[in-house]
Amino acid sequence: MWRVFLCVLGRDLRLAMRRRTDVLTTLFFFVIVISLFPLGVGTEKQILRILGPGVVWVAALLASMLALERLFAADHEDGTLEQMLMTPQPLSLVVLAKVTAHWLLTGLPLVAIAPLVGMQYHLPDIALLTMVLTLLLGTPVLSLIGAIGAALTLGLRGGGILLALLILPLYIPILVYGSRAVTVSVIDFADTGPYFSLLGAFLLLALVLSPLAAAAALRISTE
Amino acid sequence: MLEVVDLECRRGDRLLFSGLSFNLEPGTLLHVRGRNGSGKTTLLRTLCGLLTPDAGDILWNGENVRRLGEDFHRDTLYFGHLNGIKSDLTASENLSVSAILDGDRAEEADILAALDQMGLTGFEDLPTKMLSQGQKKRVALARLLLSQAPLWILDEPFTALDLDAVDRLQMLIAQHVAEDGLTILTTHQEVPLTSGQIRRLHLGAPQDATSGQPGDGVGDTEASA
Repeated sequence: MWRVFLCVLGRDLRLAMRRRTDVLTTLFFFVIVISLFPLGVGTEKQILRILGPGVVWVAALLASMLALERLFAADHEDGTLEQMLMTPQPLSLVVLAKVTAHWLLTGLPLVAIAPLVGMQYHLPDIALLTMVLTLLLGTPVLSLIGAIGAALTLGLRGGGILLALLILPLYIPILVYGSRAVTVSVIDFADTGPYFSLLGAFLLLALVLSPLAAAAALRISTE
Repeated sequence: MLEVVDLECRRGDRLLFSGLSFNLEPGTLLHVRGRNGSGKTTLLRTLCGLLTPDAGDILWNGENVRRLGEDFHRDTLYFGHLNGIKSDLTASENLSVSAILDGDRAEEADILAALDQMGLTGFEDLPTKMLSQGQKKRVALARLLLSQAPLWILDEPFTALDLDAVDRLQMLIAQHVAEDGLTILTTHQEVPLTSGQIRRLHLGAPQDATSGQPGDGVGDTEASA
């Protein structure tokens, strides 16, 4: 089972390395969205500090959304997805491997660069640290939930917009707890515990349920 | 053994076939014919479980394939219209991924041997986007050499292949059938067998749902010399 997981993971990572633009677009999108706000709102420290956590989190939501469409689409077009549906492997395992690869390529870079772009908002170090930690817990959930939407909208014309309408509302809890944790940490880091617990719970729940749901959705949308 | 009982498939409002029943014993080649749009691909995709039939059952060794799920997939190799290879991966990478997913042996040597047998020596380490249509098809068909599956479902496997590759593929199919395998394929080509039997299925002309004729069923069983 590990062998299959690693095989699909390695395959997707290798494919991404041979076509790097896809990974870089997501990252640049994230950086640009975050950098636009200080330019538009002005450099007032107080305002930026209030805006910062929310802006970074919304940008992360949109960036991971942007990358989702391609999660299954490329494999659908060249017939490799059909092959995966026909293998004796549990489809949810294949989905989990694909989502993991997707997160490593589009989620993890965001987490890594977040403190750097977050500095534009005059956030204290502790808030930047909280931001990294919440994103580390939250972005995998975004990829996992997003996979269900990507599977459902596979092969539809204008699927991108539909995907956004379908998935963004589901992202709301992650956005609320994630950005709130950063805001709270500015006052007292000790108060962020419950937010981390909630994000962790979301992650575990999504890790168990979403590969199953996405696998079922894939079977439906490839009919 | 594959049993099909009273199968009915529709695409939208259109009835493609209904009341289709046949049994296939090991060592049989089923040649599905019919003009464009008569439902050949739909039948093949239904048989491998990618589509849900509107009525009827498909049994593999006496068990419903829906219930067998992944166990049925272990026994099946489906080759569709799309090659199912990634253009950014090399031929050997492609083959190794699909072998691992299919649960087949995937030693480096086996993979190179399979590619060699498909006449792809020297092209193993090129990204498949550099290959011609026919060569891509050969890469995809190399899966047949690694596969342990007794049931092959091949949708138009001969298109884009040159004469030499057509010969190889015909030999492969004949060998598979001779080894008590089952092959279902759509093609406009004859496939000579060395042993085993060929059966033909002619899907009727597409009709609208109201005047839908039942499919013709399998006729014309012929044993080959």
